[in-house]
Amino acid sequence: MLREFDATRRSFLKIGAALGGGLLLGVRVAGGAAAAVKPPQAKTTTFAPNAWVRIGSDDSITVIIDRSEMGQGVLTSLAMLVAEELEVPLEKLRTEFAPAAPVYVNKLSGVQSTGGSTSIRNGWEALREAGATAREMLIAAAAQKWQVARDGCRAEAGAVIHPDGQQRLSYGALADRAARLPAPQAVKLKDPEKFSIIGKPTTGLDIPAKVNGSASFGIDVRLPGMLTAVVARCPVFGGTVKSFDAKAARQVSGVRRVVTIDSGVAVVADNFWSASRGRERLNPSWDEGALAGLDSAAIRRRFAQVADQPGSEQRAVGDVAKGLAAAAHRIEAEYETPYLAHAAMEPMNCTVLLGKDRCDVWAPTQAQTAAQVETARLTGLPQDAVHIHTTFVGCGFGRRLNQDFVSEAVQVAKAIDRPVQLLWTISDDLQHDHYRPANLTRLQGGLNAKGRMRAWRQRIVGPRMALGGVDIPYAIPNLRIEQHEVDPGVPSGPWRSVGASQNAFIVESFIDELAHAAGADPYEFRRGLLGKTSRHRGVLELAAHQAGWGSPLPKHQGRGIAVYFCFGSWVAEVAEMELSPQGDLRVRRVVVAIDCGRTVNPDGVAAQMEGAVAFALTAALRGEITLADGRVMQTNFNDYPLLTMAEMPAVEVHIMPSDQPPGGVGEPGVPPLAPAVGNAIFAASGKRLRRLPFGTRIV
Amino acid sequence: MSSIRINGQDFKISTADDKPLLWVVRDDAGLAGTKYSCGVGLCGVCTVLVADRPVRSCIFSVSKVGDAEVTTIEGLAQDPQHPVIQAWIAERVPQCGYCQPGQILTAAALLRQNPNPSAADIDAAMSGVLCRCGTYLRIRRAIQRAAHSLHSQEMQAGDQRHA
Repeated sequence: MLREFDATRRSFLKIGAALGGGLLLGVRVAGGAAAAVKPPQAKTTTFAPNAWVRIGSDDSITVIIDRSEMGQGVLTSLAMLVAEELEVPLEKLRTEFAPAAPVYVNKLSGVQSTGGSTSIRNGWEALREAGATAREMLIAAAAQKWQVARDGCRAEAGAVIHPDGQQRLSYGALADRAARLPAPQAVKLKDPEKFSIIGKPTTGLDIPAKVNGSASFGIDVRLPGMLTAVVARCPVFGGTVKSFDAKAARQVSGVRRVVTIDSGVAVVADNFWSASRGRERLNPSWDEGALAGLDSAAIRRRFAQVADQPGSEQRAVGDVAKGLAAAAHRIEAEYETPYLAHAAMEPMNCTVLLGKDRCDVWAPTQAQTAAQVETARLTGLPQDAVHIHTTFVGCGFGRRLNQDFVSEAVQVAKAIDRPVQLLWTISDDLQHDHYRPANLTRLQGGLNAKGRMRAWRQRIVGPRMALGGVDIPYAIPNLRIEQHEVDPGVPSGPWRSVGASQNAFIVESFIDELAHAAGADPYEFRRGLLGKTSRHRGVLELAAHQAGWGSPLPKHQGRGIAVYFCFGSWVAEVAEMELSPQGDLRVRRVVVAIDCGRTVNPDGVAAQMEGAVAFALTAALRGEITLADGRVMQTNFNDYPLLTMAEMPAVEVHIMPSDQPPGGVGEPGVPPLAPAVGNAIFAASGKRLRRLPFGTRIV
Repeated sequence: MSSIRINGQDFKISTADDKPLLWVVRDDAGLAGTKYSCGVGLCGVCTVLVADRPVRSCIFSVSKVGDAEVTTIEGLAQDPQHPVIQAWIAERVPQCGYCQPGQILTAAALLRQNPNPSAADIDAAMSGVLCRCGTYLRIRRAIQRAAHSLHSQEMQAGDQRHA
């Protein structure tokens, strides 16, 4: 078995070398099957004018996708940017995920990663330029071949057209010649008025593969001789293993090895089923470490204690103490948000093939640079000897910006000298995630006798990631935002929209409270505090108008509104909810208005808004990670339930027409949902809910 | 040893094995379209059809399959014109795509049993299959579209019979 495998590995690595440093090794072709290795095509020459475009003499046109596709639709929208300038119909394109390489660094994050709703913002210029450069070189090649002036030639539908309007040469026929031309110093990008692809609702290029089972995710990677590993981890964060029964685990048929790694004990077997049954027999004991006694109530008490003291200034306008003192009417409130898990549907996994002088890593990751750096650190290989192969990603939401699962897989691969796929369970992930951190916020607001905003003080307590993303666009003469960074030690990480995910709830609920205290309509109150050219106001008005704000609703129904800016885009949402006689809450309809600048794929934007509503409503109604005795109490979708189809509200998406540069789309739909629903609950029931989750019954 | 039939092909299995059908499909038959998620029958992502009925393959012991035919997403998609597959494409349903094989097979089973489901029927049949991306509205529309196209196909077939 082992000898057989070694032969396979040698041939595998040889193919890798033949492909020039593994650039094309193991990349996934959207629409293609799970082939780990694409054999080199002998007779085609390839025109590769830059890192994103490959044109083969066989007329294949490939766009290299340098971001991870996790449902946000970048595979399609990035390809659209190239296709627009390259003058190629989208259906003629193939796509491949990029390897980890400096040229693919995300300029907005400084590393190769997919997060912060940056893909289009990062690629907007670069990918159009990549397409335009290729187009210009192909035109030059055709002009050279025809011996005509290049100005008379033009590109159209994957071919260059002769000045006579009759002759044409396909890009493939020009590839060889174009590859020998120098790249132009500068290229002119198309006038947006002439866009024929950008801005048109477009079907995802990956959809066919995603409806026939051929789309290959990280979990689908198979290598010859590959074993599967699962890890037993200390249930308390930071704990270490004291003892375990390796012998009992090895008695399970198919279990090959039991090895200790940084995070716990890995059971390695022929397949996942054997490995997980081996893990059940491990009977580990743990040194639980410093966090053994941690529980949710203690975290809350600590946040509340700290909140009694003034914090460090995050933002200040005017004099908030004077403003509050002079206010005719003051209100105070305390808001709380919980820890949340990402709950990605594809469990964390990573597949590693470790050789003497190179390491290949297949992962559904959002962070190629981090995966490469960690692998290099663990193996001692130079960074460029680590080849990261990005697969389709079964949900990301920020979870896969952390490379803990990659690190574990590389550690196991080092220990066993066999290719290995490390696989988590959903329980593993719910209990060892990098969570959206909890926070606690105290607010004071002051109104003058006419009900005008005079002062706003906000004091936020929580881990670093719960302190950011505070957006208060309103004209408030005296404002002070303070923060206390307090981290109880629960691992935290970015979660779709990061700090905005919770601070929008706090800001947009409290402004609603102030509107009601002022006796004003919550929409008109906000609108009056926003300048005429404000893009907040633009989406607020659009959402209110489309939702029929102000029109009567049946009894026990309520309407709430919220508006927020984050990740380069403005989103307003109006939620309509109803309460049953028993108090059961149902969100019936959500109207979304987004201003994300120029839209690349309006259908993709709509899908992201629908998805953001589902994601945020899950959190608003039920999302909560709790701790007791240092352990996360949630174990699976029974106690960390996701929204179901029956609970899904109707979602209407309205996109603000804009010629401004593109903003982000993946995250900005999330923040306004919870406050819009909370404000609707208040409108329907008179109950102001200041703690998330709301639950599904209002009593 | 005995065998089970998946998508019209026989695969040898060990009868002593209490392995869930999911791992036989993924590891032994090499059909990776069926996905693993919660592992305990809560999310429906691993749904396959056994004798045309949806089962959660992660908790369905392979020994229970017997002579019944197992259909996975690869089996359903052998007909690229399958109305459910076509409706999923037309409504642009998938986002990350991970749960969609389970959604599609559950929908196909629903339509086989109930060719004209109401919105409530759809919700009842589909609410056990979770989608973290939130594609539910499009799934619902896709099922309605598929039902409609099945209906028109039947009408055409009926017209042909009468002609």
